[in-house]
Amino acid sequence: MEQKSESLREAFGKELEELGSQMSDLVVVGADTTESIKSGLFGDKFPERFFNVGIAEQNMVGVSSGLALYGKTVVCGTYMVFLERAIDQIRNTIAYCNLDVKIIGAHTGISVGPDGGSHQDIEDIAIMRALPNMKVVAPADAYSTKALVKEAVTTKGPFYIRLIRPNSMSVYSNEEIKVGKANVLRDGKDISIIACGIMVPEALKAAERLQTVGISASVIDCHTIKPIDESTIIKAANNTGRIITAEDHNIMGGLGSAVAEVLSRRRPTLIGMIGVHDVFGESGQDAELMVKYGISEQSIFEKAKGMVKP
Amino acid sequence: MQAIDFKEPNRQVDIKELQAVAAQIRENILRMLGEAKSGHPGGSLSCTDILVAIYFGRLRHDPKNPKWPDRDRLLLSKGHAAPALYSVLSKCGYIPEAELMTLRKMGSRLQGHPDPNKVPGVEIPGGPEGIGLSEGVGMALASRLDQKPIRIYVVTGDGELDEGEVWEAAMAAVKFKLDNIVAIVDRNGLQQEGTTMQIMPTDSVAAKFRAFNWNVLEVDGHNIQELLAALDKAALQKGVPTVIVAQTKKGKGVDYMEGVVKYHGNVPSGDMLENAIKQVRASAGGV
Repeated sequence: MEQKSESLREAFGKELEELGSQMSDLVVVGADTTESIKSGLFGDKFPERFFNVGIAEQNMVGVSSGLALYGKTVVCGTYMVFLERAIDQIRNTIAYCNLDVKIIGAHTGISVGPDGGSHQDIEDIAIMRALPNMKVVAPADAYSTKALVKEAVTTKGPFYIRLIRPNSMSVYSNEEIKVGKANVLRDGKDISIIACGIMVPEALKAAERLQTVGISASVIDCHTIKPIDESTIIKAANNTGRIITAEDHNIMGGLGSAVAEVLSRRRPTLIGMIGVHDVFGESGQDAELMVKYGISEQSIFEKAKGMVKP
Repeated sequence: MQAIDFKEPNRQVDIKELQAVAAQIRENILRMLGEAKSGHPGGSLSCTDILVAIYFGRLRHDPKNPKWPDRDRLLLSKGHAAPALYSVLSKCGYIPEAELMTLRKMGSRLQGHPDPNKVPGVEIPGGPEGIGLSEGVGMALASRLDQKPIRIYVVTGDGELDEGEVWEAAMAAVKFKLDNIVAIVDRNGLQQEGTTMQIMPTDSVAAKFRAFNWNVLEVDGHNIQELLAALDKAALQKGVPTVIVAQTKKGKGVDYMEGVVKYHGNVPSGDMLENAIKQVRASAGGV
């Protein structure tokens, strides 16, 4: 694993710009946050295919739906807490009509940091994965962001792509990343840590430290939360008999719930869930907030120790 | 009625014939709602003449090829008026007339609110109010990007002007200088729980749109001639969007429904239904 820190937003913006050169029917809609979430890079290169509708998220989704109903491939996005104002439009146009719109939910999770609890979206995965037709991905690093954005944009139908604000440690160098296929990053025999987004590097760090106390942990990047990779999850449960899920999201309705839905049906397994425990966040630096809200490497390490050596 | 070439932009239409068509559409609305025993008669009857004027008079479309890429688009933002839309689409040849009686029944393509993936000729989903104008802005941007002379017509209710998104879209249409979009407000003055003045006063619809820098036209929404003239005037407008505020009566054509709030979502049955059908039939010579 390289220890390079990279911006997922930047990776998303650059990939979008590249896709714009290849796809003349690709259009991008923004809501006055395009510089911040980097969809503006597309706008700089293709101004005629880029529409900033101002601070009007409902209209952004409605306009995106109109563009898609006409026949365009559309990417729209803003900070996810703001975009949740348009869940009605997302449900009743994009999801209901299975439109070719990719929704970018930026600045998700407690790791948003100083802007505070109002800006820290911990419910988006729960909401978006409950919508029929909607696929949900949460990349961990810049490399996987590029791969998942590319596949989402070139695959017909609705996608929700969950991005984070802080830079994240790079996890991949040249592995294959496919929507719906979780990546096993590390093999272990005592416990499997299934993580997404910013929690993937945390899980890798925890696994390193667990090794020093004699615990062998697998780490799985479950970047696609819907459709979830049932076979990789079941295999992990068969191999280790214990599972930890880790996400920068409420423990209700997110990755942990999705994994539990699979295992409780097909291979009942004890699951320790690392996530935000149904509370709103607050202002602070991302790293200190992740410790305070129990979603750091330390939380994973302790949970694993408790489960393997009770 | 003579066959209409729906793809011909400068087609001549006979107003009397269109009035007769509107009467048949009203009859079908009542029959299908009577069969479904639920739905929204008031708002369907109020927008009937608007839909007839656009679909039969000006919209460039092709019932034999509903997905014709170069077609004009009519977006019914007030999706609860689905029976009016289905009846018009059937009259144009998109759906067999007999199928209208499957409205709101399990397995039918004719959902309570329109679904573009189920019914040929339907452009946007119905259901929640206030989204259609945004979708219209998106389509107008797309067709301009493709440099096609496509016109986008968005039919909205007046109750749905309560929704903030309508005004977000109104600002966007002006920002993007969209002169290929026309909004038609079915100004019947009633919404589900009372008059628009009681529920959320929208008495100055025209003034509001003027303040948003739209080109505003006001017509009698049951006068097909006036509607066609306004649509032609809108087509000449350059650089700004046009809204046609069409004064209508909710429940138009049935005396006991006209202007009566409860017929927003109440369907008559038995003698009341037969009486309503008789009334709209009698209007076939001109509403």
